Amino acid sequence: MGNQTVTADKKTHLQHHFVDADQQFESSKLGMWIFLVTEVLMFGGLFVAYIIYRSWHPDLFQLAAKELNTILGATNTVVLIASSLTIALAIRNVQLDKIKASINYMATTIALAGVFMVIKYIEYTEKFAKGIFPGNAYYYDGIDHSMASNFFSIYYMMTGLHGIHVLMGMALISWMILKAKRGAVHSSYYTPVENTGLFWHLVDIIWIFLFPLLYLID
Amino acid sequence: MADSTEKTLRIREFPIDENPKYTYLNHEKGILSWLLTIDHKRIGLLYLFSIVFFFFVGGLLALMLRTELLTPAQNILDADTYNQIFTLHGAIMIFLFIIPSIPAALGNFFLPMMIGAKDVAFPRLNLASWYIYILGALFAIYSIITGAVDTGWTFYTPYSTQTDMSVVSMTFAVFILGFSSILTGLNFIVTLHKLRSPGLSWSKMPLFLWSLYATAIIQILATPVLAITVLLLAMERILGIGIFDPAMGGDPVLFQHFFWFYSHPAVYIMIVPAFGIISELISVFSRKTIFGYWAIALSSLAIAFIGFLVWGHHMFVSGQSELSSVVFSFLTFFVGVPTGIKIFNWVATLYKGSIDLKTPMLYALAFLFLFTIGGLTGIMIGALSVNVHLHDTYYIVAHFHYVMMGGTVVAMLGGLHYWWPKITGRMYNEIWGRITCGIIFISFNMTFLPQFVMGSQGMPRRYFNYVDQFQGLHQFSTIGSYFLGFGFLLMAVYLVWSLFKGPKASSNPWKARSLEWMTSSPPPHHNFEYTPVILHGPYDHHKPAKEFRMGYLNKETA
Amino acid sequence: MNRIIEYLLPPQRSVAASEVDSLFTFINVAGFILFMGIMITILIFVIKYRRKSEDDVTPVITHNSILEVTWTIIPILLILIVFSWGFRGFLNLTNVPGNAYEINVTAAAWFWEFRYPDGSTTMNEVFVPVDRPVKFIMRSEDYLHSLYVPDFRIKTDVLPNRYTTTWFQATDTGDSNLFCTEYCGTGHSEMLAIVHVLSAEDFQEWLDGDSGIDEDMPLAELGELTFTNFGCSACHTLDGSPRIGPSLQGLFGSEIELDDGSVVEADEDYIRRSILEPSTQITAGFPANMPTYDGRLNEQQIDGLIAFIKEQ
Ligand code: HEA
Ligand code: HEA
Ligand code: HEC
Ligand code: CUA
Ligand SMILES: [Cu+2]
Repeated sequence: MGNQTVTADKKTHLQHHFVDADQQFESSKLGMWIFLVTEVLMFGGLFVAYIIYRSWHPDLFQLAAKELNTILGATNTVVLIASSLTIALAIRNVQLDKIKASINYMATTIALAGVFMVIKYIEYTEKFAKGIFPGNAYYYDGIDHSMASNFFSIYYMMTGLHGIHVLMGMALISWMILKAKRGAVHSSYYTPVENTGLFWHLVDIIWIFLFPLLYLID
Repeated sequence: MADSTEKTLRIREFPIDENPKYTYLNHEKGILSWLLTIDHKRIGLLYLFSIVFFFFVGGLLALMLRTELLTPAQNILDADTYNQIFTLHGAIMIFLFIIPSIPAALGNFFLPMMIGAKDVAFPRLNLASWYIYILGALFAIYSIITGAVDTGWTFYTPYSTQTDMSVVSMTFAVFILGFSSILTGLNFIVTLHKLRSPGLSWSKMPLFLWSLYATAIIQILATPVLAITVLLLAMERILGIGIFDPAMGGDPVLFQHFFWFYSHPAVYIMIVPAFGIISELISVFSRKTIFGYWAIALSSLAIAFIGFLVWGHHMFVSGQSELSSVVFSFLTFFVGVPTGIKIFNWVATLYKGSIDLKTPMLYALAFLFLFTIGGLTGIMIGALSVNVHLHDTYYIVAHFHYVMMGGTVVAMLGGLHYWWPKITGRMYNEIWGRITCGIIFISFNMTFLPQFVMGSQGMPRRYFNYVDQFQGLHQFSTIGSYFLGFGFLLMAVYLVWSLFKGPKASSNPWKARSLEWMTSSPPPHHNFEYTPVILHGPYDHHKPAKEFRMGYLNKETA
Repeated sequence: MNRIIEYLLPPQRSVAASEVDSLFTFINVAGFILFMGIMITILIFVIKYRRKSEDDVTPVITHNSILEVTWTIIPILLILIVFSWGFRGFLNLTNVPGNAYEINVTAAAWFWEFRYPDGSTTMNEVFVPVDRPVKFIMRSEDYLHSLYVPDFRIKTDVLPNRYTTTWFQATDTGDSNLFCTEYCGTGHSEMLAIVHVLSAEDFQEWLDGDSGIDEDMPLAELGELTFTNFGCSACHTLDGSPRIGPSLQGLFGSEIELDDGSVVEADEDYIRRSILEPSTQITAGFPANMPTYDGRLNEQQIDGLIAFIKEQ
């Protein structure tokens, strides 16, 4: 077995310490799920902070939420859901060895993610223009509540962290495209694509929670 | 998995090569072969060096603290320096030493070997986690050099949001270290689920692995919350988002909730692996099947679970609602029950055993002594009315040194001596081993027993000057700490000596039964040159060693 | 036994103390018995079953239900006792009697200020009547602090964003230490105060006498009294060695370099300003954390302080 590792199966990228491809696949799948759990818990912390503050100052959340642009938020939600679909299709196609199609779907996903970021950019600039900055920098006086800045601090923390995850997702998917181009992924080895897909779904789901919690308060 | 392979199972003796030419230590040479290795054994050693280094740093800082405390008034340090030093001592010992200590060092090395695997599930991730750890350490060092972190390891707001700016880089250090810890935990869980050799059912898993499994779960569930907490703290500091800052309508007590939600479970990240080591030592050195295997295995999980529900016991006088204080106090005690179960099972294992007081066993017994004190004093401070008196006094300091130093560190020393022959292929000097263990045991008690007394007499912690009344006890404690330091120096000396002059170790010097001893010491690059199939339990000491066989998976027919 | 416990704990000087101490004693005794039980068993086993020969055979004992149940039940019983006992003690530490005498406490880095119902204030020392419930209503001006009086077995954090309260009923007259037990930076371990427990009469007398300062005492003496009473000594020495603030020795008339580089002479005005609005002129090399004494000191006390500092 010692020397067997050298002649490890190239096609399925079997690493020497795994007995067979299934074992390797299951392992990385489980690993990915555990990672997602940690991600959820991390955002969970922010959600807790959100809940606590909302219970302390419900009125503030009422007022401040009006400042957020629901239309843009909603569009973004749709965009992300669509992207979840395309990535799913991308995975399906790798499994069927339709690499070309898969690559196109992944590209679409990235495009959609791009749209999402652009819209977010618009939203942010619009706020900054008004002087709605996180924390101390905040100087907007359109909301008559002593702690208006707190709401937006939470808003920026949550959407900001989520935005970072979108970017990471885009990076991962681009990497997958390269892999696919190199023919490194195919029906007998598509673990990385699958995991990237999982990650992307998480990013999507988190937004689906953020949207109503931040934009649709009343 | 097991059944699918049954048909191709062959029973066969594998003669163990008693002095192998090629081992994981020498099959590749050069510094790069270490820095770029993805071999779990070498990564384990990288971790071992790192944590030992930081332990010594933290220890030296501690000695400076103790020296300052020789006199009620200032002698060698001024107030601010003292505050920075206990902060660094605490932060280094917790985040850079004890959290990674047993899992990342000994766990990394032995977890795969104990399940007959060639490596952990994600070797590259494993190496990455070490580099992330180092990155975190660098951040920590950076914040030490560039500024003065003097918040205490608990970073309580609002002080931490107003004192020196280098708090930010320190919190980032903690953030990064958290990730390293998460990756290790993730790796272990997957490895234990997916990479166990054929025949190694959950019920044949060494208890050390059960404890690492429980630990990994805590790491996965708790650490992300720490990550977000310190992130918020940093944002507080950079942007002033005002979530914890009373000046902006935030709430400092909220920070404490966030912090302890991680940091209490974290104390079980520290101790549970130690429990695992003790289970191994007690069984091996009394040559006896472990008593209550499932009780011990599952109590680890129970502790991990209950440990998530008690964080508020650090905040009884913090101004949290009285109701929550009461609830938290109630739940706190229940951690004592599964812990007690472990202790009693270990004692029962000794009954009718064949006990050999080798150095590792001495450490195991020292652990039972010290940890039980630490734990029972935990019950003391868990009691509401008493906690009001003892909170933030030296009683607390004594409590957590008894559990962390007397518990985790002592257990780790036991494990280190136990596995030393396997790791290095050499035997350390038994006599010096025992002497040192004695010195450490006695001087540890000298250092921290007086602190219980001071504490109950009302000596507050984090005090750089104190009222004269406590001088005698403080001085006694300080003397003890010097002996303690001396003990560790002694250990450093004879262990290093053994590397060069120590006699060669046989593959299984303790006649242990778990898998890591079924291969040569030091082990070959791939641990086992075949996929072992496990037929016996890890504690079948009643079977003579020579009957101890291992099957192997016949690749050809598989 | 009792001797040991007495040695371990500070004197009992409040009604709540005995309750706390009895639980403390119980846990110690119970814990000690438990601990000794375990250790002696270990010792016996280690001696009795030490290895005789390399090929000892040991029995296979995997479990024993009766034993395991016992050592689960007994701890549970014990912790239930400990919990409910601690709970009871906690209740009478937190439930303030209605008739309590209220004193407002302000904690700031790094001193304690006590404000009495009649408006008079003291610093770093508090006068309370014996045998009468006293309630502290506490606020912090900056960080977290924590008010701790070992002799009374009371401790409560002091928060910047809301009031916290604690209470006690002293059982005998005399002085007790008051510590700050929530870490609050440089002066944390200097942040001490004395609790003077007075008999009902003395307390009344003290109230009327208003913090022992009588109008017609020499200025310098008044200044000295103020200097100690108002916690200046927490930050200022009189022997030339800097503490948190510069030493006031030989201060008067000397040239002071400020952190903006400018140099001023320490005359009456400067000292007055340093006391009333410290933040306006920060001495080079020192933090700007001297609290303002505006409104805390009356004109006479300020004059007194200046006179006193002149003498140093
Ligand atoms: C390894 C780390 C570790 C471990 C294992 C523990 C274990 C326990 N700790 Fe400790 N603790 C710390 C590390 C640890 N602690 C640290 C670092 C702090 C201070 C942080 C800071 O403020 O800086 C702290 C502080 C701390 C506090 C807060 C004190 C304060 O600040 O006011 C409390 C209060 O309840 C507490 C309780 C407990 C309890 C009940 C256990 C239990 O798990 C103990 C269980 C064990 C036993 C009970 C003994 C064995 C059992 C038997 C022999 C059977 C019989 C038992 C019974 C009858 C119950 N700990
Ligand atoms: C794993 C955790 C861990 C460990 C092992 C230790 C080990 C020690 N700790 Fe500490 N300690 C903490 C975690 C730990 N500590 C924490 C979390 C705090 C709270 C910080 C805070 O309040 O924020 C704390 C606080 C703390 C205090 C209270 C400070 C205060 O509140 O004012 C004190 C005081 O005595 C102390 C002392 C010691 C001593 C003497 C040791 C000894 O056991 C150290 C022994 C080791 C050595 C001595 C080093 C090895 C030998 C050498 C380096 C060779 C050189 C030596 C000689 C030449 C003699 N520690
Ligand atoms: C919390 C600490 C603290 C307390 C309490 C305090 N001071 Fe100060 N004091 C300082 C610091 C720090 C400085 C130097 C920075 C500055 O000039 O403001 C200072 C400066 C001074 C100066 C100017 C000295 C110089 O060399 O410039 C005088 C005079 C003074 N304090 C008097 C007093 C008096 C009188 C009291 C009590 C009524 C008092 N201080 C209480 C911290 C304190
Ligand atoms: Cu105020 Cu510590
Ligand atoms: Cu805890």
